[in-house]
Amino acid sequence: MAEKTVSFVRHDQIPPSPPPASETGPLKWARENLFSGWVNTILTVLAIYFIARFVFFAFPWFWNGVWDAGSIKECRDILTAAGKSTGACFAVLVDRWDHLLFGFKYPATEYWRPTVAFILLLVAAAPALFYKYIPSKFLLFTALYPFIAFWLVWGGSLWVPVTILAAIIATGLVFRLVEGLDFNLRRVLAGVVGLVSALGLAYLLYQGATELWFISNSIGTGGIFTVIVSLLFKAASVFMFVFFIPMGIFVGYAIYDDAEGGGLVTIVTTLFALYAMLAFALGPVSTFINNIIPIELLAVPSRDMGGYMLSLILGAVCVSLSIPLGILLALGRQSTMPLIKGVCVVFIEFIRGVPLITLLFVANVMLAYFMPPQSNFDLILRVIIMITMFSAAYIAEVIRGGLAALPKGQYEAADSLGLNYTQATRLIILPQALKISIPGIVNVAVGLFKDTTLVSVISMFDIVGMIRGPIQQSTDWISIYWEVYLFAALVFFIVCYSISQYSQWLERELRTDHR
Amino acid sequence: MTTMTDSPVGTPTESFRLSMLLNDTRYRSLTFQFIALVAIIAFMAFVGGNLVRNLAEAGLNISYQFLYEPAGYDINQRPIEYDSQSSHGRAAIVGLLNTLIVAFLACITATVFGVVAGVLRLSNNWIVAKLMSFYVEIFRNVPVLIWILIIFSIMINALPGPREFRGDTPTASMSFFDTVAFTNRGVFAPAPQFNNSFAATAESGATSGTMDWLLVIAALLLSFFVARAIGTWASKTQESTGNRPTTWYLTLATWVVPVGLVLMFLGLTWNVPELRGFNFSGGMQVRGSLIALWFALAIYTGAFIAENVRAGILAISKGQTEAAGALGLRPNRIMSLVVLPQALRVIIPPLISQYLNITKNSSLAIAVGYMDVTGTLGGITLLQTGRAIETILLLMLFYLTVSLLISAVMNVFNNRMKLKER
Repeated sequence: MAEKTVSFVRHDQIPPSPPPASETGPLKWARENLFSGWVNTILTVLAIYFIARFVFFAFPWFWNGVWDAGSIKECRDILTAAGKSTGACFAVLVDRWDHLLFGFKYPATEYWRPTVAFILLLVAAAPALFYKYIPSKFLLFTALYPFIAFWLVWGGSLWVPVTILAAIIATGLVFRLVEGLDFNLRRVLAGVVGLVSALGLAYLLYQGATELWFISNSIGTGGIFTVIVSLLFKAASVFMFVFFIPMGIFVGYAIYDDAEGGGLVTIVTTLFALYAMLAFALGPVSTFINNIIPIELLAVPSRDMGGYMLSLILGAVCVSLSIPLGILLALGRQSTMPLIKGVCVVFIEFIRGVPLITLLFVANVMLAYFMPPQSNFDLILRVIIMITMFSAAYIAEVIRGGLAALPKGQYEAADSLGLNYTQATRLIILPQALKISIPGIVNVAVGLFKDTTLVSVISMFDIVGMIRGPIQQSTDWISIYWEVYLFAALVFFIVCYSISQYSQWLERELRTDHR
Repeated sequence: MTTMTDSPVGTPTESFRLSMLLNDTRYRSLTFQFIALVAIIAFMAFVGGNLVRNLAEAGLNISYQFLYEPAGYDINQRPIEYDSQSSHGRAAIVGLLNTLIVAFLACITATVFGVVAGVLRLSNNWIVAKLMSFYVEIFRNVPVLIWILIIFSIMINALPGPREFRGDTPTASMSFFDTVAFTNRGVFAPAPQFNNSFAATAESGATSGTMDWLLVIAALLLSFFVARAIGTWASKTQESTGNRPTTWYLTLATWVVPVGLVLMFLGLTWNVPELRGFNFSGGMQVRGSLIALWFALAIYTGAFIAENVRAGILAISKGQTEAAGALGLRPNRIMSLVVLPQALRVIIPPLISQYLNITKNSSLAIAVGYMDVTGTLGGITLLQTGRAIETILLLMLFYLTVSLLISAVMNVFNNRMKLKER
């Protein structure tokens, strides 16, 4: 043991002293994040000034808001009586709540129906949106949802959507049946189906040829341009006259010849069956069942739809229709067949080049000219067609980006496995391309949903149309704007923001690369 | 699938069967295209036949003669001469110019908003970054039509009417040293006029004409080329001697002196709006509808541009900034010389498509009564003449031309800026 030379030796560590107050907690955070330099300090002061001004302006307005009044005058009287200089008239939201949500023509006793349909929409969307966490058998409800929603919103006999559903299921059964037919029966069936399609097609093409001749003659000979157009139609007509019999024979023979193993007979027979059921059986059967067991809701015509409900209907229907159409267009644009590719390119570029409003004008005043004289499409259906085409073109471009982003090796690997085009596309290409395209598709969907407000320009009464028309022009709520527009902005914000948050979550969920 | 029973394997001349058109990959694509062609022609026959019948039934024909007939309606914003006796065609051109005016103004303003918001959103100042996120999220997720209507409603409801500026104790007063009046009929601002204008006649006094403005523009162009020459000269001197001459006062003089001389020669005065009777007169009136459309499009699209700018800056890897720092560049030089030139390559293509969106969204003018091409040609002209097909086709053609032009510009730019990979 050495002699003690040092008077004191410390055997344990001194506990760390706390950092200076300016280096911890909120103070440090504020110094680093708000006042790190003179530029930042100025920005912070400016930002706080603006926020404070906004709050001092908006908060009393919101807090003094009157929720119970019959008109804007009454509402202002209440505010003056209370001695408030500023205040909102939220009473308009209470008073016109139903109008804002359902439009002014939807029967008031039936408001529960769109409400239920909306709640069920959330239920039906959940299995598709969160497919990893919800058992896939719930997707059955998603598949049934369109029929339920149609019946709830439009009303009428329950048996109409049920019969359509039954027809679709029956079509599936026909498909199975034909697929499993024994060889001789199949050959007979192929003969019959081939003959019918040959005659039908030849007849249709003959009609087309005469129609083209008729158009050519009625264009007239006004100038060099009309003469050229007229000659083009004549040429098309001659082309059809030459080919209507060979085309019919060819298609008929191809179906007959395919009887041994191909899917052509099956597909054509199934299509015939579906057409026959929808055209001839649907009406009588549903009426018949409805006479026996009447289950009916009050039928609401399309033109009575309005308010925010209209935006939701247009958004949901058009998004779900435009995704498959967009996929087809994108595949068509990638095709090696010049004609198919050309048609897709022209369609996509044309639609993307014009504003949605002009397409809505087309739906409103122009589409009727292109339909058979007696046909009576209602406006909502025409608008759905145009909006679907519009967003399909944008979705096609997004998916094309996804397809182009796939390494070439994926296509080659699929080919080398011996997969044909359909199999390769369905199993290898599309799953990967769609995964890349999700953020873009969601962007288009959000944009589409926001664009549904444009229908107010062609005098449909969605929420903006309701505000601009029946609410702002009523004597009770004349020229009220902040409260109603902020409400409209809020309902759109809720939906669009949730969708974009969902898309970001899904992107993280689907990320399979290395993190 | 065809079976091979008829022709033994190995025979080079396999007999042609009709079904090979469908099942043999050599012919299948031809068959499909032929069928598609027939389908397209059949579709055209259907649509065209219906069109001809419907037109005949309505007693109409396709004719563009109406473009030469007097329009009979007034347009409140006229970039070129127009009165109600002018033709529908001229009304369409006025509308077209109005579309281009609002689109141009909105593009510039949106770019400013977007760049500021995008850069500030990346700032390390917490409160500013959060504020900008709020701006972006709120404006992106609400339809632009609602923004246009909100701003338009503020313009016509919250601003004072011209008569509130009147009297001994007016309730409203003009801003900016009594030169600009914000009223519910629009903003009245001073307009430049020239005492020695080329367009001036003996009795009209000070006015301004096309020639005067052309002269001003010519002066600006001259300044631009001289300023560029000065810049090139400075760079050359820097390359040969290593020192960059100080040129800012030369450049400033180049920009200021010629225009100043021209304006002095023309005798620039300002025509300040004055309250006469029930309304302001003199100066220039910027209508509420134009301001609403302009500002709403700018602030809405600005939110999208902010996201593009942010993505562009984030796309430049941190290594670039660090490498530039290691070379001894200071932060603002790093930004201007290293990060921004690379980020621009990412930012500009989506930026141009946002400009395209602004142009297309400007058709919402019809909601606030701004007379753009959708309001004149697709609005009043359509209603007055009933020529739906012709007017809508012309309208689409106009927008299509603009978008194709903008995409052509975008392609040229992309090809120029493409990374030259070896």
